Amino acid sequence: MRNPSIRRRTLSVTVLTGVLATLGLAGCGSDSSSTASPAPGPSTVAATLTVKDPWVKAATAGTMTAAFGVLVNDTGADVTITSAESPASPMELHEMTMKDGKMVMQPKQGGFVIKARSTHELSPGGDHLMLMKPATAIEAGDEVSFTLKLADGSTVPFTAIAKPFAGAGESYDPGMAMPGSAPASAMPMGSTAP
Amino acid sequence: MSSRPSPVSRRRLLAGGAVAGLGAVAAAGATVVTGAADVLPVQAAVPDTGTATVPFYGTRQAGVAQDPPAQAAFVALTLAAGTDKRAVARMMRLLTDDAARLTRGEPALGDTDATLAVLPARLTVTFGFGPGLYAVAGQRSPVADLPAFAIDRLEKRWSGGDLLLQICADDPLTVTHTQRMLIKDARPFAAVRWVQQGFRRSPGVQSPEHTQRNVLGQLDGTANPRGPGIDPAVWNPDGSTQLVVRRIRAEIEKWDLLSVTDKENAVGRRMATGAPLSGTDEHDDPDFTALDDAGLPKIPDFSHVTRAHVTDPAMKILRRPYNYDGVPNALGHPDAGLIFAAFQRDIARQFVPIQQRLADKDLLNEWITPIGSAVFAVPPGCSEGGWIGEQVLA
Repeated sequence: MRNPSIRRRTLSVTVLTGVLATLGLAGCGSDSSSTASPAPGPSTVAATLTVKDPWVKAATAGTMTAAFGVLVNDTGADVTITSAESPASPMELHEMTMKDGKMVMQPKQGGFVIKARSTHELSPGGDHLMLMKPATAIEAGDEVSFTLKLADGSTVPFTAIAKPFAGAGESYDPGMAMPGSAPASAMPMGSTAP
Repeated sequence: MSSRPSPVSRRRLLAGGAVAGLGAVAAAGATVVTGAADVLPVQAAVPDTGTATVPFYGTRQAGVAQDPPAQAAFVALTLAAGTDKRAVARMMRLLTDDAARLTRGEPALGDTDATLAVLPARLTVTFGFGPGLYAVAGQRSPVADLPAFAIDRLEKRWSGGDLLLQICADDPLTVTHTQRMLIKDARPFAAVRWVQQGFRRSPGVQSPEHTQRNVLGQLDGTANPRGPGIDPAVWNPDGSTQLVVRRIRAEIEKWDLLSVTDKENAVGRRMATGAPLSGTDEHDDPDFTALDDAGLPKIPDFSHVTRAHVTDPAMKILRRPYNYDGVPNALGHPDAGLIFAAFQRDIARQFVPIQQRLADKDLLNEWITPIGSAVFAVPPGCSEGGWIGEQVLA
């Protein structure tokens, strides 16, 4: 069955973090058709960080995959993302690192820090938001909701469209513990075509 | 689009004017002198050819009423067996997003060759829905396959299709990258059925109001509706239109056997100027009653222009053709012709009667052979946040 968290209604790829201030920012070089999402849960929605051009690699159920985009910090202070959540899958923040002559991915210690007035790109082969085990297939064209949690306790919700993508076949460092998910040894990410 | 005046630079003169001038001299030398009017007024390339854009969003899709850019790829897709209405909608959201970004000169999401996206060169992506897509959507199709015409020698590899992507730009690499990106994102839903790649004059070679020549040397599209004449012929009130794509092989070896006079009698127009045989200027109205000194019609009754002629502005079609030129065979015979693309409000009402008259009797039939045929409804455009086909598939 389809995961109800995956919306299939509208293509609003850019989702703002709050009702304040961010329209011009998100409109920069991207769809300005952004819609503000209501804050999930009790925590406050951050007005400090936006996610530009988000997308997620389509994957079959149970197959690791990842979400990408550009994190934009338009404030005068550093912003730290401590974790990510999605109704679609358990999540981790990942970085790529060289190990025994191979690039592997591993959880990012301390989370992603986006410097003041700068951007931080999440991309195949680089830092990414890892979907450890999607409950259902994430099909091309699906829209998947995510929430970033910041160090100050606020959250950044956004929606990413799923794209068929052959790359981003990074392997998980088998030496790393995988908290909150089934053990997976050297499991490649999203290895199946959608 | 934008051809803003700018100071003439030395580089521009060298790159555009000088080279184009040489080309014109060479062309004029090889052409009948009366044809000079067509080939001589050469414009230097405008400096922003690469960065020029055509807006994607709007109530009508782009790539129809605009002057056609130099390069085009027509990509027809066949929906996979498992692709249902919801999946088609997901595909169209993806492809719409790709098209919106690429036509702005931005990479698509997940674009693995983002550097190829930065020069849109008037890129347009126009989506057409074939009868098969409406069947999947459980709706009545606004278009139906054309009736069989006696002149047709249709090949399956150039015919039909559930979804059409018409990709046009003034640069072939831009078309290539866009085609690659769109096909990649369509792959989970559909297979490539056929691709037809074609070309017109390069940007700057002639001013846009010039009628292009096809590979038989004919001015092609003289009778097109222009400016305000486009609306009543092309656009339905909801912003939709309909597209016929036919692959017309040119029998160039046989055409070569004709004298210029023979060619002009077959077409009903002067080869050099495109003027009807009853007149002197390309845009003179053909006078089918005009007689020559011998008392015969100046324009033969079975000429192409006689048989194709339409007077009612609402019954005209907007031709937007591209030439194709494949690889010659071992004997040196070309594989060339025309990707005939025409937009109209209603194919059955406007296109079919013209094509029927031509199929019944047209002297030109001796030298052209339709080898592919496809029809598509072109749904309205969309606004930002929307997607092409939302009226059909939402």
